Amino acid sequence: MAMIEVNGKSYEVDEEGYLVNLNDWNEDVAVYLAQTENVTLTDQHWEVLNFLRDYYNEFQIAPAVRVLTKAIGKKLGAEKGNSQYLYELFPYGPAKQACKIAGLAKPTGCV
Amino acid sequence: MSDIKKFMFVNRKAPYGTIYALESLEVVLIAAAFDQNCSMAFLDDGVYQLKKGHQTKGIEVKGFEKTYGALEDYDIEKLYVDQESLAARGLTAEDLCVPVEVVSRAELGKLMEEQDVLLSF
Amino acid sequence: MLHIINKSPLDRNSLDTVLTTAVGDGAILLIEDGVYAATKGNAYEPKLKAAMAKFKVYALQADLEARGIADRVTDGVTTVDYAGFVDLVANNKTNQSWL
Repeated sequence: MAMIEVNGKSYEVDEEGYLVNLNDWNEDVAVYLAQTENVTLTDQHWEVLNFLRDYYNEFQIAPAVRVLTKAIGKKLGAEKGNSQYLYELFPYGPAKQACKIAGLAKPTGCV
Repeated sequence: MSDIKKFMFVNRKAPYGTIYALESLEVVLIAAAFDQNCSMAFLDDGVYQLKKGHQTKGIEVKGFEKTYGALEDYDIEKLYVDQESLAARGLTAEDLCVPVEVVSRAELGKLMEEQDVLLSF
Repeated sequence: MLHIINKSPLDRNSLDTVLTTAVGDGAILLIEDGVYAATKGNAYEPKLKAAMAKFKVYALQADLEARGIADRVTDGVTTVDYAGFVDLVANNKTNQSWL
């Protein structure tokens, strides 16, 4: 099992760099994971990350892209509930990349 | 995505005792993410999957009751539950964690005939 | 529609569920431990015979032989080999393996 080190603390990650333990996540870890993905976190990013964490807490799964887009549109407004907006924030895929930074497992159905 | 098929996931096992219930849930989410027309049927011990109030901490297994609540987001809106199986287990629709359509065994049999693909769990 | 049963009817209720749920005109194929349902003298025999009015019933020969019961198959049950199994699956629009 691989480890990452953030602020002197070690965290377990899988071979693709996803956090193994959901509860290990914190904002510093998110910033670190974002750096490994070449993403600089802005308020817009945090809004999506927090949405994903809330979604996970409510339903115990990371949503598929189509579901994420629809649900974000419902909660944060139509101008954000589209894949263009989300891909601008997370160029390698809102589900895959955002979930990784949010400390969630890869979404079910995501290859 | 022109080739949309009608998939029905037939669930007949109680949760947690075997992996079938969780596998079914994962596969239906994948099928729905690929825009297929999915429904789920629950009969025999499968109706126990939807019994609300799972507390899985003590058995140290991830609970998945909450995930049934996400099915609606995936446009899986048809959850059919066999009336006879509910009754045999002292349950009614009010005991379940999500809204369902309670049907008779005969109705369920007809619904199965209308599917393109049946998946058994 | 083809219903495939692989459990003994005295151990599991899958065959019961098929007989009470499935619309008729279909076929039932008994495989593995499901073949015990198709034997003379089995407690399930009357139920299976009644079901033959609605369903065509098949049993897999190799599974009957393996269990030493190929010589006591209930009248009206058609035995099939593996090629027959494949034909049944191919000739039905859908099939359900009742686990």
